[in-house]
Amino acid sequence: MNKHFFGDTAVLLGRSLKHVMRSLDTVITTAIMPIAMMLMFVYVFGGAIRTGSGHYVNYMLPGILLITVASGVSYTALRVFTDLKSGVFARFQSMPIARSALLWAHVLTSLVANLISLVIVVSVALLMGFRSGAGVLDWLEVAGSLLVFTLALTWIAVIAGLAGKTEAGAGAFSFPLIFLPFVSSAFVPTATMPGPVRAFAEHQPVTSIVNTIRDLLAQRSVGTNIWTALAWCVGILIVAATFAMVAYRRKLS
Amino acid sequence: MTVSAIPESAIRVRDLEKSYKDLHVLRGVGFDVARGSIFALLGSNGSGKTTVVKIMSTLLKADAGSVNVHGHDVATHPAKVREAISLTGQFAAVDEMLSGQENLVLIARLRHLKNPGKIADNMLRRFSLVDVGVRKVSTYSGGMRRRLDIAMSLIGNPPIIFLDEPTTGLDPQARIEVWQAVKKLADQGTTVLLTTQYLEEAEQLADRIAILHRGRIIVDGTLTELKQLLPPAKVQYVEKQPTLEDVFFAIVGADDENGDSGEDSDAETTETLARTSD
Repeated sequence: MNKHFFGDTAVLLGRSLKHVMRSLDTVITTAIMPIAMMLMFVYVFGGAIRTGSGHYVNYMLPGILLITVASGVSYTALRVFTDLKSGVFARFQSMPIARSALLWAHVLTSLVANLISLVIVVSVALLMGFRSGAGVLDWLEVAGSLLVFTLALTWIAVIAGLAGKTEAGAGAFSFPLIFLPFVSSAFVPTATMPGPVRAFAEHQPVTSIVNTIRDLLAQRSVGTNIWTALAWCVGILIVAATFAMVAYRRKLS
Repeated sequence: MTVSAIPESAIRVRDLEKSYKDLHVLRGVGFDVARGSIFALLGSNGSGKTTVVKIMSTLLKADAGSVNVHGHDVATHPAKVREAISLTGQFAAVDEMLSGQENLVLIARLRHLKNPGKIADNMLRRFSLVDVGVRKVSTYSGGMRRRLDIAMSLIGNPPIIFLDEPTTGLDPQARIEVWQAVKKLADQGTTVLLTTQYLEEAEQLADRIAILHRGRIIVDGTLTELKQLLPPAKVQYVEKQPTLEDVFFAIVGADDENGDSGEDSDAETTETLARTSD
């Protein structure tokens, strides 16, 4: 590893954090859509949805958090794409710096930007009546699950940013990700869905992640869900990161 | 040549070949650039200029041939090459979200230099950007952007600089600003390789000119040598209409320095253009 790897990554991280702080509209728009959905589901559809006892916002918050991350990473793709198109990428790569520093700076920035959006969404949920008796350890597990999920989607975003031909194209990958929670246990119990849809919903990654976070926040035992969730996230993470690294190297040769 | 010995040429390219899938972009390119000189790679769009620059600046790997930059082979010692060069790409590669000052500090930090703030301030002064130093680059004009771009390339005083079409898309005034910056660089002993599609630019700046055409160097020499290749000049009386550029400068009132360097060669250039296209 290059002796300047950590120093260079820190400098470039500082740079892209400045981007995030100077375009807070990106963080806010990331948070606004999930907040709007949360309002719709709680105050419009929520009354008709049977999820058992408890406030509906408690039920659907985990899914909303995943949607927040899914829409947030589109800006990660956009930042990578902009660096590539503006020639900044080429400039950095022709300089004596650690070659992967720029990539890691973008990945870390993605984590920070999504964290800010998640905090905003959770704050609004609290105002809407979300309550959890979860302890510090449970919250840490929730944070950990979201972190691994964000990392996995971030690497997918990096691939999109590197491969995108246009700005819109680079960000478009996140739409299917945003819709995945709708066909899961995020908003309604999967038991009400017809056979094939239910089969898909119960075996796609979002359901296990949502169930894990929901159980942690409700202080129920998470059972094997957490392992399924982790396996999905880590699996996606490894595959996406590998492809992203290959795409990144290819840009350099 | 051993790696440690200081070679005579700053850049030495031999039999360079590169294809993108079926497209054979470079078909055996070779040239030498003397230390401290300005070398112009002249060619039309799609002639392969940018590909050559990308290979020399370690961004692209060649299919065949060798490139030696500052005594290091780009294929085997790319990291060493990167320490000796600086690339100013075809489009000003500046960070739009940062100020000019922050852009310069960023590069100084990435070059692991001490006192990045001081270096940045010096550069702002040297390129007349002090007044706009704290402004976001997205508010800069094309000329200011290019000057900042070149200033960023000079941080750390790399001995060799690549300028890929440094004046494409600039207005005449900004172009002359860039020319002046490049001349100053060479005066200080920096080796400059620039690509251009403008004959006039090569004529104005370069000690040596190579014409890249369809992936091959078809001519390589000094301006005088190139002129000798042309048919002898005929004396003709032609009414010289003012060019649009003359009109532009007459109306906006060019800086004093601009006037003498820019215009005299217009007629000559037009003539050269006409003859080369024969």
